[in-house]
Parts: sequence; C-alpha cells; structure tokens
Amino acid sequence: MPEGMNTVTSITTNQLRRYGKPIVFLALLVPAIWLTWNWWLAFQYQPNGLGFNPQETSNRFTGDWAMRILLMSLALSPLAKLIKSPKPILFRRMVGLFAFFYVCLHITSYVWLDMLFDWVELWADVMKRLYITVGFAAFLLFIPLAVTSTKGWIKRLSARRWQTLHRSVYVIGVLVIVHFIMMRKGFQAEPLIYAGILATLYLLRVKRVRALLGRA
Amino acid sequence: MLIKRKEKWQESENSVTGENAYLNRRNILLGAAAAGAATIIPSVLAQPQRKLNALSARKTDYSPGESPSPEEAITQYNNYYEFGTGKSDPAQNAWRLQPKPWSIQVDGLVDKPATYGIEDLIDFNALEERIYRHRCVEAWSMVMPWIGVPLSSVLKKIGVQSGAKYVRFETLADKEQMPGLRWPVLDWPYTEALRMDEAMNDLSFLVVGLYGKELPNQNGAPVRLAVPWKYGFKHVKSIVRISLTEEQPVTTWQASAPREYGFYSNVNPEVSHPRWSQARERRIGEFGRRPTEMFNGYGELVADMYAGMDLARNF
Ligand code: HEM
Repeated sequence: MPEGMNTVTSITTNQLRRYGKPIVFLALLVPAIWLTWNWWLAFQYQPNGLGFNPQETSNRFTGDWAMRILLMSLALSPLAKLIKSPKPILFRRMVGLFAFFYVCLHITSYVWLDMLFDWVELWADVMKRLYITVGFAAFLLFIPLAVTSTKGWIKRLSARRWQTLHRSVYVIGVLVIVHFIMMRKGFQAEPLIYAGILATLYLLRVKRVRALLGRA
Repeated sequence: MLIKRKEKWQESENSVTGENAYLNRRNILLGAAAAGAATIIPSVLAQPQRKLNALSARKTDYSPGESPSPEEAITQYNNYYEFGTGKSDPAQNAWRLQPKPWSIQVDGLVDKPATYGIEDLIDFNALEERIYRHRCVEAWSMVMPWIGVPLSSVLKKIGVQSGAKYVRFETLADKEQMPGLRWPVLDWPYTEALRMDEAMNDLSFLVVGLYGKELPNQNGAPVRLAVPWKYGFKHVKSIVRISLTEEQPVTTWQASAPREYGFYSNVNPEVSHPRWSQARERRIGEFGRRPTEMFNGYGELVADMYAGMDLARNF
C-alpha cells in the first residue's frame, strides 16, 4: 500500500467524524455559495462571474456540480475496497445528499431563473426535449434514495432491501451521462471524459477487476 | 439612419424599446458581466489581440430600431467551434488566426474561377453598415452592427453561370491557427450553403466589420456571412472558399445531425429544434425571454422565396 494511503487509514474514525465531516461539508458548499453570491450581484447589476448568459451559466454550473458530486459519491465504495478500509463510507451519505442538493439547485436554476416558472412551457420542454426527459427521469429516481438515506429507513427497509433500492444509483449515473451527452451539440470530448470516469467506477465494483488491480 | 417607410424589419424605436428602462438595465447588467469576466480571466486578456482598423461605411436603413448589443457581448460570447466549444473559447483562442493576407478560392459554375485576394472580391469603398437581429439556434439573440457588402455584389463579380443553383461556403480549417480542430466535434471544414435566390436576396450580406472596425477574429475575420432570417450557424465565418453548384450541398450541421439541422434553417418559432423550443429567445442582457418572430422579423423581405413550401418539412 502506498504511503499516502497509510496516512489516510491512520486517521481515526473519530477524527474523521469530528473534523473530516465538517471540512468536506463546507468544501461541498463552496460552489453553491459562489453561485448564490454571483446571482445576488447580478440582480444588483454588479460585476459578477456569470458571464453574458447568466441563465445558461448557472444551469450548466449546477448540472456540472451535481454530476461531479454524484460521481464522487459513487467513488467512495470502490475507494474503500481499494484501500481496504471502511472509512470512506463515512462520507457516503453526506456526499450523496449533496449531489441531490445540487440537482435541486440545477432544477431551481432551470425552472426559476431560466424558465421563470412558465409551467406550460416547462411541461412542453420536459416532454418534447428528450434530454430533459432523461434528466427528469434521473431526478425522479434520485428522490427515493434521498428520502431513504437515514438510519431509520435502513432499519425499516432491512439492510438488504435498502441496498437493492440504492443500487438504482447506477441507473441514475447512466441517465445523467446520457443527459449530458445529448445536450451538447456535435461530438464533444467533455461528456465522454465523464462517461469514462463513470465506466471506470462501475468496473472497479467488479471483484475480478479489483483482483487484477491488486495483483498488478 | 434613413427610415422612409416603416417595415417590419425596421420597427420603430419605441415599439421595440418601449422597455427603455430595461434597456438601460440591460446595459448595466452586461457591463457588470464584462467587468466580472475581466476579473476572472485576466490571463486571457494578456494575449495580444490584433489591432482592428476603423472602417468607413455608409449607414443604410436596415435597422431593427433596437440598439446594438454591447460590443463586449458580441465579441466575448461566441460559438466558433474551430476555436473551442465553450462560449468564451473563441475570444481566448482566436488570436492565432491570421486574417491578413486572405484569399478565397472561387470555383464551380462561375465564369471566372480563380483564387482571389479578399480585396478583389469585396469593394472596401462601398461598405455599408446594417444593423441586423441575430438569432442563435440555442435560443439566444443579439443585435449586430455589421459592416459589409451585399453577397450579390460578389456573386456578380465572379459571374454566376446559368446552371448554378446553390452557393456553398467553406470556413478555414487550419490546425495551426485553430486549436479546436484537434477534436472532431464536427466534420471540418465547416460548410454552409444558400439557395441561389437566397444568396441574391438583398438581405444576404458579406460582413467584414463590426462596430465601425474590422471584424474581430472570434467573429469570423476577415469575412463572414450574415443572413439574419436564418439561425446563427448559417452565418459561416472566415470564408476561404465559395463554390457554385447545381446540387444542393450538404452542410456541416446537416451531416452531423440531419434530424436537428435542416438545409434552410430559417428562424421559425413554430418548428422546434428536437432539443430546444424555438418559440422564445433570450436577448443577451435580458432576464426573461421574448417571443421569437417568424423569419426573425424579416418575413416581408424573404417569405416570398418559400411560398408553397412546407416549412415544417423543409426546416
Ligand atoms: C440527476 C439529475 C440531473 C443531473 C445530475 C444533471 C446534470 C446536468 C449536466 C452535467 C448538464 C450539462 C452541463 C454542461 O453543459 O456543462 C446538464 C444540463 C442541463 N440540464 Fe440537467 N441534470 C439533471 C436533471 C435535470 C432535470 C430534471 C432538468 C430539467 C427539468 C435538467 C435540465 C437541464 C438543462 C436545461 C440543461 C442545459 C443547460 C443549458 O445549456 O442551459 N436537468 N444537466
């Protein structure tokens, strides 16, 4: 095992709970704070970082962060197995809920700042534009996962059924990448990079692949 | 600005800008955005931009009565995939483009096929300024103070043969100058085309300037097309080749996604792009969306050309 990983595993679970969690929490909040601050500036007609099409910037910014944080949450279990320590799992619920939070911001950005609550136009958009339909499906699948993320729900559902339910996150991951590839015009590299990351994370879940890595 | 008769494409100042108050707000908002961008990307601005010489042009009565979008918006929010797919990539990367000297290959069904210097095709003593609405297929729009000459004046110079039915344009595709070419986003070189009657229509304009100066690189220097009743992607940039053909050319976006991008690509609020509704648009600088007009408001000048055509099928 490389040096760095030793250091990680030598931090105690208690230290991670007491200091690690608040630090990660604040770090994941940074993009949301940046966005809120810049929208506040925009509404005051102050210089801001949202560019010439603030609605487009904010739809994309929130979509990007929702997807990145979702990928981070998906990376925690493979990481735990790779470093043979359950510690990364401590962060799984928080990171997963943050991904959901950014999806909510993404939808708020689109429904409020972009579409200005024009529900007729919105419904037409969701039905007509396939990439929005796909994003919407991902969101709907995400809701039960966010709701059942608590300890109470794990008990109520039994750990096994809870696990089965939470496997739908694989489907969400695929839908999100499809949503991303579809909304970009032409053949672009960026969505494919994210698709590659997602595929890698899925492959790392296969025992055989991990075994191969372990031997290498 | 000479407004003799009032036509649809020359809406009076107050009919469109009755929202004067908001126009003000818009400019403040845009100024703010520009200042914000400047604080974030100072390293970008460090690249020497080409000095743009002033151009003298006579004003014409093509004016929608709306004030032009701020220069920073027009020159820093661009789709020019040869320089990258992000909206600010062209402004950052287009300094690599060498627009002088510039030559244009003219071939196909023309009387005088040759490679011309740009000055031989475009009469720089006959430049006009026209203010055109510009509607992007992505549902945003701006107002552009273009300087140029009618496309028909160039077609007359090269001599259109009787069999020629289409005019095909090609953008430069040089990896040295255009970093975006490294990834096959589209099938380069970028190709666009017009039907002959569209090309001869007085609205079709070859643009060599913007805001009283030479065209900035990121806007398609040294010469680009403006066809304001069509979506922005028909406005082919940095033209290096003009060919007259009998067959309808396949354009780059058509080849990339035939279901989404038709040959005509006329602005039409009733025909949706499969991924965007085209009913409304965001004028850059405004918070809300405004309705999109048929043919981008230029119907009286162009609708005749499409009489009897099913525009939902010929999109
Ligand atoms: C799990 C849920 C979702 C995730 C993770 C997600 C993520 C993303 C990502 C990564 C992008 C591309 C951003 C870019 O180009 O850099 C995007 C774009 C977009 N998404 Fe989503 N999305 C989700 C759900 C939705 C839903 C439910 C809607 C609408 C109701 C939606 C509407 C949009 C729109 C309109 C864009 C285009 C932004 C623009 O160009 O203005 N998304 N999304």
